[in-house]
Amino acid sequence: MIEASETQRPSTGPTPARPGLDVRRPHEGGAVPRRPRHGGLFESIEQGRQFETVRHEAAAREDAVLEIDDFDLYYGAVRALHGVSLVCPRGKVTALIGPSGCGKSTLLRSVNRMNDLIDSVRIDGDMRLNGDSIYAPGVDVIQLRKRIGMVFQKPNPFPMSIFENVVYSLRIDGERDRSVLEEVCESSLRGAGLWSEAKDRLHESGLALSGGQQQRLCIARAIAAEPEVLLLDEPCSALDPIATGRIEELIDELKGSYSVLIVTHNMQQASRTSDFTAFMYLGRLVEFGPTEDIFVNPRLKETEDYVTGRFG
Amino acid sequence: MSVTAPPPIRPVPPGSTLPAARGHRPRRPRGTSLYAHGEPLVWLTGSALIVSVLMIVALLGLVLTMGLSTFWPQHVTEVTSLSGEHWMGEITDSERYVPDADMLSFLEPEVRASAEAALAASPDGRVRRRLFRTGNFDLSGSHFRWIDDYETAAEAQPEWAVVLERMAWGRFYGTPAAFLVDGDVVAEGPEASWAAFEREHEPSRARFDELREIEVFAVGDTHHRIEEARQALREVELTDGQDSDRYRAAQAEHDRVVAAAERDYATLDERRTALRAENDRYALRMATADGKTLDVTVADVVRGYPANQLGFVARVGVYLSRWWEFLWDRPREHNSEGGVFPAIFGTVIMTLIMSVLVVPFGVLAALYLREYAKQGWAVSAVRIAVNNLAGVPSIVFGVFGLGFFCYIVGGWIDESFYAANLPNPTFGKSGLLWASFTLALLTLPVVIVATEEALAAVPNSMREGSYACGATKWQTIRRIVLPRAAPGIMTGMILAIARGAGEVAPLMLVGAVKLVDKLPLDLRDWSGSLGPIPTGAMHLDRSFMHLGFHIFDLGFQSPNSEAAKPMVFTTTLLLIAIIVSLNLIAIWVRARLRRRFQGTHI
Repeated sequence: MIEASETQRPSTGPTPARPGLDVRRPHEGGAVPRRPRHGGLFESIEQGRQFETVRHEAAAREDAVLEIDDFDLYYGAVRALHGVSLVCPRGKVTALIGPSGCGKSTLLRSVNRMNDLIDSVRIDGDMRLNGDSIYAPGVDVIQLRKRIGMVFQKPNPFPMSIFENVVYSLRIDGERDRSVLEEVCESSLRGAGLWSEAKDRLHESGLALSGGQQQRLCIARAIAAEPEVLLLDEPCSALDPIATGRIEELIDELKGSYSVLIVTHNMQQASRTSDFTAFMYLGRLVEFGPTEDIFVNPRLKETEDYVTGRFG
Repeated sequence: MSVTAPPPIRPVPPGSTLPAARGHRPRRPRGTSLYAHGEPLVWLTGSALIVSVLMIVALLGLVLTMGLSTFWPQHVTEVTSLSGEHWMGEITDSERYVPDADMLSFLEPEVRASAEAALAASPDGRVRRRLFRTGNFDLSGSHFRWIDDYETAAEAQPEWAVVLERMAWGRFYGTPAAFLVDGDVVAEGPEASWAAFEREHEPSRARFDELREIEVFAVGDTHHRIEEARQALREVELTDGQDSDRYRAAQAEHDRVVAAAERDYATLDERRTALRAENDRYALRMATADGKTLDVTVADVVRGYPANQLGFVARVGVYLSRWWEFLWDRPREHNSEGGVFPAIFGTVIMTLIMSVLVVPFGVLAALYLREYAKQGWAVSAVRIAVNNLAGVPSIVFGVFGLGFFCYIVGGWIDESFYAANLPNPTFGKSGLLWASFTLALLTLPVVIVATEEALAAVPNSMREGSYACGATKWQTIRRIVLPRAAPGIMTGMILAIARGAGEVAPLMLVGAVKLVDKLPLDLRDWSGSLGPIPTGAMHLDRSFMHLGFHIFDLGFQSPNSEAAKPMVFTTTLLLIAIIVSLNLIAIWVRARLRRRFQGTHI
């Protein structure tokens, strides 16, 4: 696969010096010997050339909970995702990293078909959740979303009590048994590490909590429905470092019982919390592998530049 | 203001330029910084606010002082003129004016001399005159009289000046002379006859109330039963024809009911005659200031008091009793006296029905516009149309309501459900229901616009969060969007109430009338109880009284406009108070919703 991408290298020629995108300079000559130089990969992507994702073999051995097959997405005439193929391992945390606008969030929102809410979106390809197609005609989107939990960038608790926030997904399914609701509320709040802080104020408004607590409340809400996949869209970007730390601990605890797909801009966060990392650029999946490999031993120089902060 | 004062402008010697530091562009004079600090704008905006506040305070102050002082019992003054005439009454107004020279020449020489002396003494060539409410309309033919100071010879506040508020002919000012039972004098002199009056007044009024109840409700009830029997018969006739067994059975039933009702009516009539005869026995002979006498039936007196003997507490008592009557009784004397309870009731009930109609309708329409409709030119056109609807003159809505609701919809309802009553319309005329519909239509744009704004203010992230939990669109709207938008929707409702309750013009066409004998709701009469009167039934087809229309009627249609004028202010005060309290309730509910659904921060 490395060879494949090497053959796709753009023809040499004077490349315009673009600040921030000229990734060759810092490494010219001083690169790790066994890694071939891919200085032109980003330019190649920008010019729309064909390009093969670099996949680490370790990722392919995992049991997949979510498979993304050659997925394309267009906003009107603009193509936002180019043939993304990705396999999310069961019970593991998969991080999506990449510069702003690379399609991480779009990919994430495609998993539970949130993009259906936007009129101009058109897709191609498919995804499978535990073997069930997500985009096949006739799929009940409502039922599908019940199998997937999602936490958004900004905490968005509903305008109701903490209790009602947590059991929202049960309420909309018509669950009325108080004991079931209370049990789910407690286990979800415990799962989200919010129980000790919230247990005495379950009937206060969810909006009365602090930002970090609100985000954990959203996580509790997401896991209350026992989702097969948990999607986290930059869950810490609106939080302070201490709240971020708590969420990261929480993600660590969720690992094993939930399969998590997380979008993050924070390299440390990706390296700390995830088992697998996917690096995206301009709508393409560039490199995908175990987090340790991506951060310590990436196969592409562009990936290394990005994760070490020399780019983007 | 925490704005620091601009630094003083240094005087610049003529011909010199301002110091330009090290080759920089010469700085503009610092005088402009006054504008930069924004102080002129602070003044401008502040004074705009002050002008608005002043106008509101002035209007409210006028309504409050005039409205609250209307019912205060004044002293009664007796005036003796130079020409020997006597008048008795309450001073209601006072002004200084320039007397007409021609008019002066017509005066008697004695009065003219006095007038000329007064004019000569006056620094600005004006003399004072006062407006006396002299009452005694049945004797004098007028309720009020301007009395010039110069024609006054003597002024006194007689101890036994008594004010009587009567059922008819307005107030009476005079002194009690005698008390009559069956036409025989049983007490003479002011003190004795007043004591007799006070003894007989309560029982007479109780009999009067019973009489009124019989007349309005019990007699009405027997008429109602006869009318219902007639309609039932007519229904059978319309379906089966006259030549049928059913019709004959119905005819027998009809005759039975009518006979029973007529028997009841005869009993009631007997009772009524007895009550009337008993009430007619007692009369108070009153002497006016100019020596005439009049026998006033005791039962006709609503309230009587010796005005100049009252202490402060007694005055407050009369004041409160008048307010009580105003709030809880029906009007009399062409609405210029008595209470406005039917109008209060009509206003409140109409506003409530209007809110019940307009809020769900407006919210549904706004929900479609904002949540379901694909935003495009069509939706924009609808939105513009809705906003324009808010600018249509309200009388146009009245005409529409009369034409569409009353005649078309109401006519159809009559033909379908009330055919037996035709050609008399039931719903095919103006009434409470159609007035509420018309005002609902009138206030619909307010609710739609406010609701749309409230819906737009619900963060999209909340909707997305709900969808991500697997909620359907309707579940999201019902559980997330509507609760969150509820305070905004309440704001729309408050605006609609304020607009609707104060509206008059369309109501004149679709249901508000000058006077009703029955409320739209069959309340047990508020002055007592008697007999089998249907209660608690809503009659949305009835006409109703409305405070706004009442104000118009008092101010511009009253035969006794001078007496009605204070009532205009009092009624205005009441209408404002009702709108304010309806608003306060809505604001309180909104604050509760806000606390419940929006949390303390964000």
